[in-house]
Amino acid sequence: MAQLNLAAISYSWLPICPLAIVAVSAMIVLLVGVHVRDDESESLGALTLVLLSFAFMFTLGLLGRSGIAFAGAISIDNFATFFELTILLSVALVVLMSIEYAPALGISAAEYYALLLFSTLGMMLMATAGDLIVIFVGFELMSIGVYVLAGFLRRNVKSSEAAIKYFILGAFSTGFLLYGIALIYGATGTIKLAAISAALAGPLATNPLLLSGLGLLLIGFAFKVAAVPFHMWTPDAYEGAPTPVTAFMAVGVKLGAFAAFLRIFMVHLNLASAHWSWVLWVIAALTMTLGNLSALVQTNIKRMLAYSAIAHAGYILVGMAAAGPQAGGAILYYLLGYAFTNLGAFAVVIALERRGTAGDRISDYRGLAARHPALAGVMTLFLLSLTGVPPLAGFLGKFYIFSAALNMGMIWLVIIAVLNSVVSAYYYIRVIVAMYMQEGGAEPSPLDSRPALIAALTVAAIATVLIGLYPNPYMAGALHAFTSAFGAVSPTAALLVR
Amino acid sequence: MESYWLTGLTFLPLLGALFVMLQSDDRSTWRAAAAFSFIPLAISLYLLARFDPHQAGYQFIERYQWIPQFGISYHLGMDGISLFLVVLTTLLMSLSLIYSGGGDIGFRAREFCFFMLILETGLLGALLSIDLFMFYVFWELMLIPMYFLIGIWGHGNKVYAAFKFILFTMLGSIFMLVAILYLVHLAHVQSGRLSFDLPDLYDVRLTAAQAKWLFAGFAIAFAVKVPMWPIHTWLPDAHTEAPTAGSVILAGVMLKMGTYGFVRFAIPLFPLIAIQATPLFMALAVIGIIYGALVAMVQPDLKRLIAYSSVSHLGFVMLGLFALDPQGVEGAIYQMLNHGISTGGLFLLVGMIYLRRHTREIAEFGGLWHRIPIFAGIFMVVMLSSIGLPGLNGFIGEFLIMLGAYLTIPLTVVFAVIGIILGALYMLYAYERVMFGPITKAVNDTLSDLNWREIGVMIPLIVLMLFMGFYPKPILTRIEPSVDAMLSRVRTAQARQENTSHNTALAAATALHSTNQWHSSISPQ
Repeated sequence: MAQLNLAAISYSWLPICPLAIVAVSAMIVLLVGVHVRDDESESLGALTLVLLSFAFMFTLGLLGRSGIAFAGAISIDNFATFFELTILLSVALVVLMSIEYAPALGISAAEYYALLLFSTLGMMLMATAGDLIVIFVGFELMSIGVYVLAGFLRRNVKSSEAAIKYFILGAFSTGFLLYGIALIYGATGTIKLAAISAALAGPLATNPLLLSGLGLLLIGFAFKVAAVPFHMWTPDAYEGAPTPVTAFMAVGVKLGAFAAFLRIFMVHLNLASAHWSWVLWVIAALTMTLGNLSALVQTNIKRMLAYSAIAHAGYILVGMAAAGPQAGGAILYYLLGYAFTNLGAFAVVIALERRGTAGDRISDYRGLAARHPALAGVMTLFLLSLTGVPPLAGFLGKFYIFSAALNMGMIWLVIIAVLNSVVSAYYYIRVIVAMYMQEGGAEPSPLDSRPALIAALTVAAIATVLIGLYPNPYMAGALHAFTSAFGAVSPTAALLVR
Repeated sequence: MESYWLTGLTFLPLLGALFVMLQSDDRSTWRAAAAFSFIPLAISLYLLARFDPHQAGYQFIERYQWIPQFGISYHLGMDGISLFLVVLTTLLMSLSLIYSGGGDIGFRAREFCFFMLILETGLLGALLSIDLFMFYVFWELMLIPMYFLIGIWGHGNKVYAAFKFILFTMLGSIFMLVAILYLVHLAHVQSGRLSFDLPDLYDVRLTAAQAKWLFAGFAIAFAVKVPMWPIHTWLPDAHTEAPTAGSVILAGVMLKMGTYGFVRFAIPLFPLIAIQATPLFMALAVIGIIYGALVAMVQPDLKRLIAYSSVSHLGFVMLGLFALDPQGVEGAIYQMLNHGISTGGLFLLVGMIYLRRHTREIAEFGGLWHRIPIFAGIFMVVMLSSIGLPGLNGFIGEFLIMLGAYLTIPLTVVFAVIGIILGALYMLYAYERVMFGPITKAVNDTLSDLNWREIGVMIPLIVLMLFMGFYPKPILTRIEPSVDAMLSRVRTAQARQENTSHNTALAAATALHSTNQWHSSISPQ
């Protein structure tokens, strides 16, 4: 019997520590939640925040380290850490938004925060996965939590509709993903990402079984990131779900899904990019165009933001279609800016929502600037950043992705993308028009009594400006994170990074 | 030799914008805003005094790293082309803020000043940026405050006008962004150095097709802003519905951003294409001159008339620019200043009469000369300057432009002269209907003449009109070296192409080859 190697064990535990902390946190919240009444759930939210910050600190400590655990099932590198950090930050903002929201809507807090954390665990698992099974487990853990969260307002028909729709279509996507994994396993005899990418260098590269497996995998991810034509669930699910959950879906789920999507396709299947790049080209063009055109006619702001989220997935797919380390770095940076900007926009939506009168129609934003100049001001900031107006985070992200795509010669895709940006300006600016140039609208419940929401708004606004104005550290970090993911890949692929 | 003058010039208005938001009442708001607009004015005048007229290159340069991964630097500088436009910007901004404080803006004064000062930062930043990325940032930055100015404080169909304005200009500038990115990419491939710095991009070797598309990308952005016929349709709406201060800045400075973009970026970056495109642009300019004048003639609304006269006047500027000879280009830059001063003045005057009568319909007036002579007198001087009467500033610019245009395509001058005659016709006709004849409307009999604030705002403009009409030398001598440097770039490019036409093909082939090489090195498939 082999001797126990203590050093190896402690080393293999280190990479999963952030995951373990989040898992344990979720259980702590569940246990403590038994003793907390639903209408006094603020303390539970605060506890969740503390636990998340603990996980965040620990993950921060992992920055720069790399290694594998559990025989390659988990691989930790800067790519994973970057996503873990971004996911944790986003979830923390979602929790901040929920603290006052949950008691107001009679949401049972313990389950709510626990599910949020379990779902987060799933996302982080997808970011750190080293094989397809772990990706699948993370995918399911993330999704099931969000299915339940979407339907959390039990007595609200729309919320139930959101949950059912999301669940059924989500189950489909899971099926596609799993079938894809099965086919890939059938073709290559392995589920390890590194081994699959090695197989691609050999004669298997054009194996139809492998390629159809990849196709199905792509469909599974396209569902989760809401890419056209697999986006149909998005508007209904976003509209019906409780708004903090919508924010979580728009940002968290997207981060988790893109983490795995990028790692599989842009890192491990990089050598086969000729096979999937053109598919993503088409999907990106469709996603951007359809998302933006549909957003034009929306009257509900959550639906508008849903279509805008679809469009933004399209911009990210432009980067993926470009393939290559520069595009990868661009996508990571884009996701970071997108996370803060979108969370901020949803936080404003929450600020305007009241029990009974939903306040999520665009017409409810009329005259907001006169009544709450600060709220209208930050909303303007977020909307302009989503439009891509310099010098905000959204602009730099687009700039980075488009320049990467241009460098790979995708001029037409970039032209489609920039035209889409102009189209998007139309509907984002419509909200600004309502806020500044029209009268009437809904009165938000007093903001003074909602310090957590104000904190979330402030953080999001500062980040939106800072990431855009001083992009250096984040861009460098994103690029470094992306290239670090190549560390585990075959030497030929590692050469690409330089 | 590092100095921080240009940074101060650019960002003090932004600081002022934040400061203004802290004010509690309207009175202190207007004071703070005016004070903060005086600082850049003072700085720009100081720089004007210190400017070395014999130097063609950039002066007062500041340069720092900003986003090194992309070769983007914080790079500011000022040369003879931008110098006077900067002074014009700071001057018009101060004047319109002082004017607006006198009752033109009735509500939300704080936000108004906030947006005005941000706008000033955007305008100055765009004029002073040497780095293309920075230029684009400021270029887009100035849209947002102008959009709010029109949409909130405008008149009539203001939201529609604001929307049209922002969509037109965004659509134009987005192509410039693609062109910038692609140009930088090509430069990177050729030189191995990633840089958004304008001087680094001058000598990129381009195939004819590349140069054509890239030039088109820049030209669309600038032509929308100028605006050139036939993409001028946003202008009459935006100008007419904007508040007075907005119209002044829009006409006085923002339109010049388009023509400035041609001189600074589009022409020197793609000289060969600019030469090829000369007939096209001169033709469009001439159409703009005549079309603008004809449409202005039938406008019942005074402000709309001035808006269309801008289309005509900017046609002159474009005519001079694309003459691509020293007289033409210098005249064009001179005319940019003239148009800023005289049209800015006209918009201010229309604002003043609108404030009194709440209408701009020419038919509503008549006989004002008897009732408000100071207004009528000032209006006459400004109008004559706009027409281009000898002895006033407009004449010098138009004369130089026609001289330049004659040397390039003589026929255009014929149309330009027709444009001038038409210009005199519609301006004088409108003036006659507003000022002379009997007073037909009773309300006009009770109008009050200009107050001291309004006279004070107009005096600097009138002084400038006279000064620039009689003594253009100090201005032209400062513009000249930079224009000559720009034009010599065009001439050398032309000469190089003529001498070695077959070598160009070779170079293009090499460039293409290196592109492929670079591609294959990054993604072997």
